[in-house]
Amino acid sequence: MTDAAPVASAIPKPPARSAGSWALDVLVWGGIAALLLYSIEAVDLANLPQLVTNSDRIQTFAADLLRPDFSDWRLFVAKMWETVQIALWGTFLAVFLGVPLGLAAARNIAPIWVVTPVRWVMNLLRSVPDLVMGLLFVVAVGLGPLAGVLAITLNTAGVLAKLFSEAVESIDKGPVEGVRATGALPLHEIMWGVIPQVAPLWTSFALYRFESNSRSATVLGLIGAGGIGQVLFERMNSFDFNGVSAVVIIVIVAVTLIDMLSQAMRKRLL
Amino acid sequence: MTSPAAAVASVRDVSKTFGARKALNGVSVEVGAGEMVALIGPSGSGKSTLLRSITGLQSIDPGKGSIAVFGEVVQKDGRVTGKVRAARQKLGMIFQQFNLVGRLSLFSNVMLGCLGRIPAWKGTLGLWPSADKLKAMEALHRVGVADYAAQRANTLSGGQQQRGAIARALVQGARAILADEPVASLDPVSARKVMELLVELNQRDGLGVIVTLHQVDYAIRYCDRVVALQAGKVVYDGPSTGLDTKRLIEIYGPEFEDAFWETKA
Repeated sequence: MTDAAPVASAIPKPPARSAGSWALDVLVWGGIAALLLYSIEAVDLANLPQLVTNSDRIQTFAADLLRPDFSDWRLFVAKMWETVQIALWGTFLAVFLGVPLGLAAARNIAPIWVVTPVRWVMNLLRSVPDLVMGLLFVVAVGLGPLAGVLAITLNTAGVLAKLFSEAVESIDKGPVEGVRATGALPLHEIMWGVIPQVAPLWTSFALYRFESNSRSATVLGLIGAGGIGQVLFERMNSFDFNGVSAVVIIVIVAVTLIDMLSQAMRKRLL
Repeated sequence: MTSPAAAVASVRDVSKTFGARKALNGVSVEVGAGEMVALIGPSGSGKSTLLRSITGLQSIDPGKGSIAVFGEVVQKDGRVTGKVRAARQKLGMIFQQFNLVGRLSLFSNVMLGCLGRIPAWKGTLGLWPSADKLKAMEALHRVGVADYAAQRANTLSGGQQQRGAIARALVQGARAILADEPVASLDPVSARKVMELLVELNQRDGLGVIVTLHQVDYAIRYCDRVVALQAGKVVYDGPSTGLDTKRLIEIYGPEFEDAFWETKA
């Protein structure tokens, strides 16, 4: 057998993009460009040169930052620890709420008339920024760490419930049927068929949220919800940039440590 | 109360439709206590659907069809009845993909067998009665995988997992075994072991066994009675010795020899 040379006419042409697809690209990218141009004024982009013209101000600021003042380090570390504790409790309570919400929001185990309202609640919880939640709770329970804990709890519960429910929706239904076939109750099916399958993923999500909550708990201090952020805010207002620098360094070290720890734990889980 | 002589399963005029396809079309089968029955038929003939309907893992079409397990009605007029949990407890279900919980130890998986008969809260928290723990080890020993009790189920081979699944049915105290393609995912040696275990449970313990099989030779070798389905209808129900080439061509079509795993003696 000899291979015949391919006949040119038999070879299909390379696929060409349609005019419609080109037009869509132009529209999307052009639209983004137009939006950016239109927003220049709104964001004061014209003030960008001040970064250079005011360089002397920045220099003094930078010089202060380069000389961190750790004389109050006991207070800083204690407050940093408080921030971590806020994140810890906030995340724990969020997991507590997130587990039932996540199960109730999973289409493969909950009926649709439960799933839909639960998803609405979850979306609501997620869409309110934790800073806004914090402000509300400062009004409700007063200044201090508890406001921070509650703000983190609600926001994180919304996020975790969504992540948890997505994990549940991707499980293998075989083991669940295996449990069901023994004559088990629906609760047993969840406990023994669903939870063991999602446990590593759920733990990993919770740890990851603890990581990011340690960061957001810092910011929450700015609105009086306790922790290191409050100290940062006070030092900033009294122009104590050496103190600010020390606080920032402590925050960076603490958050990095928590990141590393939780990443190491998550790696072991998966 | 159900009498011990009640039929394992009485399937009467059952149909099941998936979309436009009739997976079961007026099926009636009665399997007596202590019988070992093979369900055969080409892919999509409704074998698995029938087994899953008997355990109520799936509902049947509304209408006059009904299914009773050990004398108690579990499906009627398209609805799974409240008796189904009690019935499932008496039926050990074995799946093609084993359906053990992969991240739990083999032992924990076997303990799940007692969920149907211990208080609900104990089952939820995993507080297994110590008598049942002994029973579980006994069952694992009997099927030959006791050495792997502490290992996670997903670290075990298919044959080991399937034998674990049978141990779960034993702990359950099942009076009959429903096995859905129990050997289709196994190598021939493990497959034979699993089939021999099923025969032993049938002959020594008097458990009823209904097993769906792709391999006609397995059905003929291990089961006395064969029920053949084709396009959701029973086309043969009788002794396995009555299955000759002509019958098999009727069931599987001219390529029926594909249904033989090993060469026929």
